Amino acid sequence: MTPRNTPLLVAQGVTKYYGERLACRDVSFAIHPGEVIAVVGESGSGKTTLLALLSQRLKLSAGSVSYRQNGDLRDLDGLTEAERRRLQRTDWGFVHQDPREGLRMNVSAGANVGERLMATGWRHYGRIRNAAREWLTRVEIDETRIDDAPLSFSGGMRQRLQMAKNLVTHPRLVFMDEPTGGLDVSVQARLLDLIRALVADLGLAAIIVTHDLAVARLLSHRILVMKNGEVIEAGLTDRVLDDPREAYTQLLVSSVLAA
Amino acid sequence: MTHEAPLIEVEGLAKSFTLHLQGGIVLPVLKGVTFTVRAGECVALGGPSGIGKSSILKAVFGNYRADQGRILLRDGDSKIDLAEAEPRTVIELRRRLVGYVSQFLRVIPRVAARDIVAAAARESGATYNEALGTAEALLKRLNLPERLWSLPPSTFSGGEQQRVNIARGFAGRHAILLLDEPTASLDAENRACVVKLIEERKRAGTAILGIFHDTTLREVVVDRVVDVGEFGASHKLAEEAA
Repeated sequence: MTPRNTPLLVAQGVTKYYGERLACRDVSFAIHPGEVIAVVGESGSGKTTLLALLSQRLKLSAGSVSYRQNGDLRDLDGLTEAERRRLQRTDWGFVHQDPREGLRMNVSAGANVGERLMATGWRHYGRIRNAAREWLTRVEIDETRIDDAPLSFSGGMRQRLQMAKNLVTHPRLVFMDEPTGGLDVSVQARLLDLIRALVADLGLAAIIVTHDLAVARLLSHRILVMKNGEVIEAGLTDRVLDDPREAYTQLLVSSVLAA
Repeated sequence: MTHEAPLIEVEGLAKSFTLHLQGGIVLPVLKGVTFTVRAGECVALGGPSGIGKSSILKAVFGNYRADQGRILLRDGDSKIDLAEAEPRTVIELRRRLVGYVSQFLRVIPRVAARDIVAAAARESGATYNEALGTAEALLKRLNLPERLWSLPPSTFSGGEQQRVNIARGFAGRHAILLLDEPTASLDAENRACVVKLIEERKRAGTAILGIFHDTTLREVVVDRVVDVGEFGASHKLAEEAA
């Protein structure tokens, strides 16, 4: 078990160019076990690129991302393809904005969840099915839907299934890209509350990309504000939102409609 | 360090807001703010509205950044300067050391009143059952009808929400408690209940710093008033703008 006062993941000078165009510049921070960081900013600010870089779905142009495994921080650039895959399938989760990217839509809900367990070596069908059933219940999907494919699910159910699929292997770090993005407001509230409770109960570390400051306030301990590929302000979530220092952050905060 | 060392020591605290969207006007809010609060003491921040009282409370909670000065909080045998502390440290201190009752409850969708209060008790280390017991006892004392306990407070009246908020603030066993007009929307009976809660916490050695417009509350529980106007340089507009 990683002690809570040693970082789980360390980003140093993370930079990405697409040809000449700068997508992400010199981002450095550390995340500790149990910590939730929100990355906020408008579309095009580089927040989704940053998430892809941190989660090793995209190659860095410069800088490094290190991750603690078996007590040692290790530069992820040195991982073999197989090691990287294992990390992504077991110790990490990735929740996409569009659940169709994170789920196999024609395969049953139970198989979607069970697949990740099989990738970590589970073989016993009954135990896999039981674990899948338990996780469907935890994300508030009726267990009688276990044999139904997510094609027949609503958007909110699909997103909850994606959560279950990611959490079944007890990851230590979960990346989320606009997890409540395409959902109706009432459905969002349910998903948010579920994420909040699961993250706290499981002691997960999470990096959540969102353009929604209310989501950031509800879920995160710390915020990184991005603009034009750079982190322009960072700190304690309620301090950044209630006492924003930078002009751009003040603009973001003041642009939110109070309900 | 002696046991009598203050729990809160604010020294030379200065704070201003730069409003970039209003042409970069700088509003000085606080300057040279200096005071202490000891264990078992209830200190009121005094002075007219707009003088910066809420800003001081927010700075002591880590919600506002300090531009200058120190905000020392005693945590057992060590002192932590909140003006310099890392976000993780601030979060940890809020769990164990510093509680805050704001004027309004920030409601979390789908979370029941009882669970909001119990969560605060659990953060200070209570077991699940103890926390539930603490929550129910507090809600009962604050006369929140039992049928409301299992409901999320989003549909509650202002006074009911504020009682949930107070219960949450008092459910943790924080050694430092910050109160921003805790009785603003309460009737006489519930105000009396808050007075009792404050007195109990003072006897238990909690250091209380607050804003109390309610004169009866002031007369009964407040030991000392810190006149924020004396520190000067505050700006009447500042708090409204913030």
